[in-house]
Amino acid sequence: MNGVMEEKTNKKVNQGSAKPEVNKEGIKKEKANNIIEVSDLNLWYGSDQALYEVSMDVPEKQVTAIIGPSGCGKSTFLKTLNRMVEMVPIVKTSGSIKYRDQEIFSNKYKEEYLRTKVGMVFQKPNPFPKSVYDNVAYGPRIHGIKKKEVLDQIVEKSLKGAAIWDELKDRLNENAYGLSGGQQQRVCIARALAVEPDVILMDEPTSALDPISTAKVEELVQELKEKYSIIIVTHNMQQAARISDKTAFFLNGELIEFADTDDLFQNPHDKRTEDYITGRFG
Amino acid sequence: MLGQNEQNIKKRMEGRVAINKILMVLFGLATAVGLVFLVLLFYRVLTQGIGYLSLDYILNFPAPYPEEAGIYAGLIGSVFLMIIVAIVSVIIGVSTAIYLEEYAPKNKFTEFIRVNIQNLAGVPSIVFGLLGLTFFVYMFNFGYTLIAGGLTMALLILPVIVVAAQEAVRSVPAEIKEASYGMGASKWQTIARVILPAAIPGILTGAIIALSRAIGETAPLIIVGAATAIYTLPESLLAKYTAMPIQIYNWTGRPQEEWQYVAGAGIIVLLAVLLIMNSIAVLIRNKFQRRL
Ligand SMILES: Nc1ncnc2c1ncn2[C@@H]1O[C@H](COP(=O)(O)OP(=O)(O)OP(=O)(O)O)[C@@H](O)[C@H]1O
Ligand SMILES: [Mg+2]
Repeated sequence: MNGVMEEKTNKKVNQGSAKPEVNKEGIKKEKANNIIEVSDLNLWYGSDQALYEVSMDVPEKQVTAIIGPSGCGKSTFLKTLNRMVEMVPIVKTSGSIKYRDQEIFSNKYKEEYLRTKVGMVFQKPNPFPKSVYDNVAYGPRIHGIKKKEVLDQIVEKSLKGAAIWDELKDRLNENAYGLSGGQQQRVCIARALAVEPDVILMDEPTSALDPISTAKVEELVQELKEKYSIIIVTHNMQQAARISDKTAFFLNGELIEFADTDDLFQNPHDKRTEDYITGRFG
Repeated sequence: MLGQNEQNIKKRMEGRVAINKILMVLFGLATAVGLVFLVLLFYRVLTQGIGYLSLDYILNFPAPYPEEAGIYAGLIGSVFLMIIVAIVSVIIGVSTAIYLEEYAPKNKFTEFIRVNIQNLAGVPSIVFGLLGLTFFVYMFNFGYTLIAGGLTMALLILPVIVVAAQEAVRSVPAEIKEASYGMGASKWQTIARVILPAAIPGILTGAIIALSRAIGETAPLIIVGAATAIYTLPESLLAKYTAMPIQIYNWTGRPQEEWQYVAGAGIIVLLAVLLIMNSIAVLIRNKFQRRL
């Protein structure tokens, strides 16, 4: 469904004369590593500023962790990336966020389209009060897929992708509310996968789960990064260290430090980062 | 020290237990008062009306003699009225609720409208009768017809339905709405596929309770000209009609004692219809709740 749009943009590029095309391709290749580029992002809830001049490039097909004390703006930042934050009517933003080189704040950019590309998994498992099957088929259905065989395939593939197919393949018609919290969360991940996004935003996806379910989700994140770019908010620094490639440390709405995870945890450049990861505050 | 404290606690505990017992008795008495009057009402209605209640009574048109009179015209008239009322008020009411809860900007004006819809739910029904007379009977020139009566009753219960539907829509958890928007669903898709299915039990329960209020209403129907004695069923929306409460009211107004019994039988039929409607409401609620 989204392939159509991409094809169109590709065609436009190809229509140009040969030389600029090469140039553009060249630029594209250089940037191909960053799927989302945030620059000078400010965000206000009414008159309270929650994000200050955040600039950050999110690498493609890697896991980016966001850490920081409570209230520092992690969820706000995450929800800005798929423009869910705008559901709060008083929100104002400035700055720029580019997804695959396109400005998502531009008037022409449809937030519905963005959200098919940048999916989200929430802190608390939030399945619909429907069957497992209908939960996972929800996304494809709203985007116009009606054929039973196609939906069947997508549901199976997504549940497999979320490592829960074997557990649930005989319970597809059961209400998702009857599942355990960990199972619900993985169904929610499958539901997000079914839309075939590029990026998956996860806001503390394991904070409501027991250690075993947490381990399963962490393992899953490792598998998912083969195909998806993942941004995950976590309060658990061990978790960030275990599963992420890059880590961003936020404090009071500012991005203090953003580096390879090993670097950030082993030799933080900023005193505040060091204090936080060594547990001196927060 | 400790022992003393425990004694004090025990003493105070005894006091609280006693108060609890007294209140329990008082609340029980209050319930009993209501129950006694309900039983008296049923007793009176049943003893007065049961003698005249028969299949003939249900299938007969009104007649000059009590023995031949029946509630058929009223029963069918009320059913037709309720169909019009249900269709009109549920469609407009649910749409209003969705607009107010999901689309309208959250500002003072919306809040003002919301409060005033709640106020409208408390306006006496006779006022709605006058409104219907002005608009539907005269201005739209419907005359004393089924559609004029139906639309008037629809207006009467509209505020109740809006408020019930608003509450049902509002009680849909924000988390599952976010889940839908997060997958790129539009507002309408989210409303149609997530919000309404979750809100339907509440909406239907509210609608049926509002309808059972409407089916017993007499005053507004008298004003918009429901007929008291007709010998045909309404054949179109622009036909004359009558309704059960109108017939009952008419019969109770007659001097001969027999007519009181005829009216009593009518009340039994009316109560039976009410009971059926409320049972449906309960059934719907249980069915949907089990599914959730
Ligand atoms: N809907 C809202 N309306 C007004 N202010 C908000 C809203 N949501 C968040 N905020 C404010 O924005 C700031 C950042 O909140 P945010 O939820 O992004 O923090 P967080 O880092 O995710 O915290 P936590 O770790 O507790 O989840 C806080 O000061 C919070 O009070
Ligand atoms: Mg948060």
